Amino acid sequence: MKQILEFEKPIINLKDKIAELKKFTADSEIDLTEEINKLEDRLEQLEDDIYGNLKPWDRVQMARHSERPTTLDYIHQLFTNFIEFHGDRRYGDDQAIVAGIAYYKDKPVTVIGHQRGKDTKENIKRNFGMPHPEGYRKALRHMEQAQKFNRPIITFIDTKGAYPGRAAEERGQSEAIAKNLMEMAGFTVPIVCIVIGEGGSGGALGLGIGDHIHMLENSTYSVISPEGAASILWKDASLAKKAAESMKITANDLKELNVIDQVIPEPKGGAHQDIKVQAEKIDVVLEQSIRELSKYTTDELLEKRWEKYKNIGDYKLL
Amino acid sequence: MQLKEIFTKRKKYATIPNENSKIDVPQGLMQKCKNCNKIYYRKEMKKSLNVCPNCGYHHPLSAWERIESLFDEDTFKEWDANITSSNPLNFPEYEEKVLKDCEKTGLNEGVVTGKGMINGQETAFAVMDSYFRMGSMGSVVGEKIARSVENARKESLPFIIFTASGGARMQEGILSLMQMAKTSVAIKRFSDDGGLMISVMTHPTTGGVSASFASIGDYNFAEPGALIGFAGRKVIEQTIREKLPKDFQTSEFLMEHGQLDKIIHRHEMKNLLTTILEMHQKEVN
Repeated sequence: MKQILEFEKPIINLKDKIAELKKFTADSEIDLTEEINKLEDRLEQLEDDIYGNLKPWDRVQMARHSERPTTLDYIHQLFTNFIEFHGDRRYGDDQAIVAGIAYYKDKPVTVIGHQRGKDTKENIKRNFGMPHPEGYRKALRHMEQAQKFNRPIITFIDTKGAYPGRAAEERGQSEAIAKNLMEMAGFTVPIVCIVIGEGGSGGALGLGIGDHIHMLENSTYSVISPEGAASILWKDASLAKKAAESMKITANDLKELNVIDQVIPEPKGGAHQDIKVQAEKIDVVLEQSIRELSKYTTDELLEKRWEKYKNIGDYKLL
Repeated sequence: MQLKEIFTKRKKYATIPNENSKIDVPQGLMQKCKNCNKIYYRKEMKKSLNVCPNCGYHHPLSAWERIESLFDEDTFKEWDANITSSNPLNFPEYEEKVLKDCEKTGLNEGVVTGKGMINGQETAFAVMDSYFRMGSMGSVVGEKIARSVENARKESLPFIIFTASGGARMQEGILSLMQMAKTSVAIKRFSDDGGLMISVMTHPTTGGVSASFASIGDYNFAEPGALIGFAGRKVIEQTIREKLPKDFQTSEFLMEHGQLDKIIHRHEMKNLLTTILEMHQKEVN
């Protein structure tokens, strides 16, 4: 059963009607081709209208869509010979983060990403893409290896946030994330981060320090979920829609705030409509990033990374 | 007179609030310990650096109280005091809230940075103030911390940070989150140059602050009984559907789980920091 989002309903209704008329034309003597053509024109216009004017809250729904492609989907589209490696060598193997090596354009790279499931069973296995400390430590282990063997690091960000659980706190969720931020700041290989779904707070940032940060058009990146913000600011989680609008969490917002480098367009109706097309669009941007970043000396790379982050923020002087 | 009026006591006069009457009663002469409820003269509590003389409970210190408690007299030089918050997302009511806290605390933002001497040892310094928007981190807090770390790097000074923060500041959205990144990159540069960083977590140190600079000192310390953690207790309880123990996310809890180097009583703080600074003194040839 395909998940239908609230704002898409007029499109789906019209599509159903067209299908009905087509069936009717096929089954009966009456020819409705003219009406069908008219409706199809209207459908195209309606799609342009709706998908071309998505509100922040619509994009939140899109970013959370159950069929939205995940890290592993993109890995299989973009890379060859992907070999997944497991475990943090300290506690366990967190399935909410996948990591491994692969070829990108015939050169070895390290690939890491949050991994959520598309159905309940897979989501339970993946803990809904919400990592524990061992996930971040697994990621760090692979990034250190990338540094050692001089491979670029590519991360895919797609998480509601780091898991808020007792065991996660006991094993040092804060430290695990903090350590990744600090170490990612210092690796002398290019790091490209791509937000493909939800970029939820510190849990997202734990894989998100890099030289280039890109976001898919309908992904979000925020300090807290809209629901969380609404309940803290206005003591009412149902004001999430309002929070989503106030907090500037869409790819275009972040581009405007100079937090990200590029917005990667999505096919009409979202990434899940055509994963191949989506992967191609990511490929264009990723290749460009890797090519550009590979030109820098390690000193230049680190200096540029510092410049990038140094300039994020807004304040005034008295 | 109606019958029912016999049973209601009517006030024959009205009380007009008088400014003088307020001054007559000395406000805040006494202070009650939040933990053991024992009442002390405020002066006595202040002398004890807001640590309850009876039960040892550590009440919060403002940034300046903290600085006074640690630095040798007249050695403190403040950095970047003139940076204050704008409203980058045009968030409703944000500017008013910040202004109110500026007035309340006398600070321009939730962190004071600078350098000074601790028993003759020079060090760079950042002290967060939980009275300013819960010590939350927005652009200014991130900027001031990053700058002070950079200054420490350039002047080859150690860097000590006292954290007190509810986490990232909602009203600055993603820019707040990115301050975790900014400070981390600054600290990495500082650390790679051989700089010594000491983090002292005080009540409360949670969310984005706990998941960035607070946890990446060469030494991570905490004051007794401080709340330290990534996620909020309520969120965790709702997620895992069980009640958490009372000491969950306290300094002592973290210590037991290997997340801290040491818990330091406020009265021992200055001496211990002095010793550590001495032990890391770079030889000058």
